[in-house]
Amino acid sequence: MPDKTPLNALHREAQARMVDFGGWDMPVQYPAGTIEEHLRTRNHAGLFDVSHMGEIDVRGADAISFVNTLTSNDVTKLIDGQAQYSALTTPTGTVVDDLLVYRFAADHLLLVVNAGTTEKDWEWITSHHDGESVELNNVSAEYCQIALQGPEALSILQQLTETPLATIKYYHFTQGKLNGVASIISRTGYTGEDGFEIYASPNKAEQLWNKLLETGKMGQADGVLPCGLAARNTLRLEAGMSLYGHEIDESTTLLEANLGWICKLDKGDFIGREPLAQQKEAGVKKRLVGFEVTERGIARDDQEVVIGDHRVGKVTSGSPAPFLKKNIGFAYVPAEHAAVGGEIKIDVRGRLIAAQIVKTPFYKRSR
Amino acid sequence: MANVPEDLHYSKDHEWVRVEGDLAVIGITDYAQDSLGDVVYVELPKTGEEFAPSESFGSVESVKAVSEVFTPISGAVASINESLADEPEKVNSDPYGSGWMIKLRMSKPSEVDSLLTAAEYEDFTKAEKE
Repeated sequence: MPDKTPLNALHREAQARMVDFGGWDMPVQYPAGTIEEHLRTRNHAGLFDVSHMGEIDVRGADAISFVNTLTSNDVTKLIDGQAQYSALTTPTGTVVDDLLVYRFAADHLLLVVNAGTTEKDWEWITSHHDGESVELNNVSAEYCQIALQGPEALSILQQLTETPLATIKYYHFTQGKLNGVASIISRTGYTGEDGFEIYASPNKAEQLWNKLLETGKMGQADGVLPCGLAARNTLRLEAGMSLYGHEIDESTTLLEANLGWICKLDKGDFIGREPLAQQKEAGVKKRLVGFEVTERGIARDDQEVVIGDHRVGKVTSGSPAPFLKKNIGFAYVPAEHAAVGGEIKIDVRGRLIAAQIVKTPFYKRSR
Repeated sequence: MANVPEDLHYSKDHEWVRVEGDLAVIGITDYAQDSLGDVVYVELPKTGEEFAPSESFGSVESVKAVSEVFTPISGAVASINESLADEPEKVNSDPYGSGWMIKLRMSKPSEVDSLLTAAEYEDFTKAEKE
């Protein structure tokens, strides 16, 4: 039996279509449909149940130095109330998982990891615990996580709290009460829009979810819509964000995945630093690129990239982009073919369709 | 509840057939379009192409998935619904009407008799759901 989030009953009541995702019974779409959910998030607001994500609590005098040896970004740069996108790296510089590191205090961090990799990450992190003064706890079951995303997220959420939200900067968070419920309110997201990710006790999940839908005027044409995993995927793809198991995994390095910006090679030693430094020096052999299909057809995950007569790489994520109204994707190609403007072909079930390498993110919101 | 019109014939691959003289109009069922979600792309064969029963004649793509479509019966393509190139969403909004896909000139009209009736198809989708 797959795991259920505390909002499972509400999803079923709302007649969402449910799928097994990384061992979780999750809504892939609600009756409004993926395109409408996607557009509503871009134009107004969308609400996402992301309670399946894992949370690992790290406390103790060595919390920062311990996490800094396991992750590629620089944890010492965080201040209290700030979050950071980072990666757990393997000894070869590939990716165990990508994650958010939240700093509550110098001796207290919270790691938010992917659902399907929570167990693996927990094993990985605890196996590297060797005498440091840290206490590790897998607290995934102690939190529900709800994401409210879109240009109207701020005005909706502010109605539920006296905590001023407009002053929370991107990738910062605060603790406050939402509709009376103690919550971590984080200005982060996975859609390319302004918005918040909210962490609270699972037994308050339904109350928060319903209140957010009501406050967001669900049912009106410009009201908030609950969104499933399919819209979450198309939104993050348009926004040029990686998905673990697709753009990043244990076979690709951070540099190949264009995540050099979270690779702080001069911060001191961390797992995988040396091979990453060497690869940076020598240059990568393959690179992740964004592409736009330039003729009729839709590229899909795992289809092959063809240049000339050669099968040179694979699509990691391919999909229609509902807001851009284009067919887009990410693919790995040899570094010498990775320049923006380059022409590639994608093998779509035996038919070669033309695509062009473009800059990412594909979509950037106007501020 | 998915709509299953009485006067059509159905396949276990979720296509419907409407017989119009020696032509068979073919599309996908309401149940199929609902399972797929928002249709964004329909690939159809060329006029004149010939198909045997259960052969793939094209594909329907939603945001999330690609699904092949199969000819329930044999015949040659007499016409295709060209409007689906610009308005693939008709497959969702009107699967038995303006969302039709191809018309086949039937080579063995008796094949229609082996297809499911509306009642049989309804039972089949119920069983598939469980």
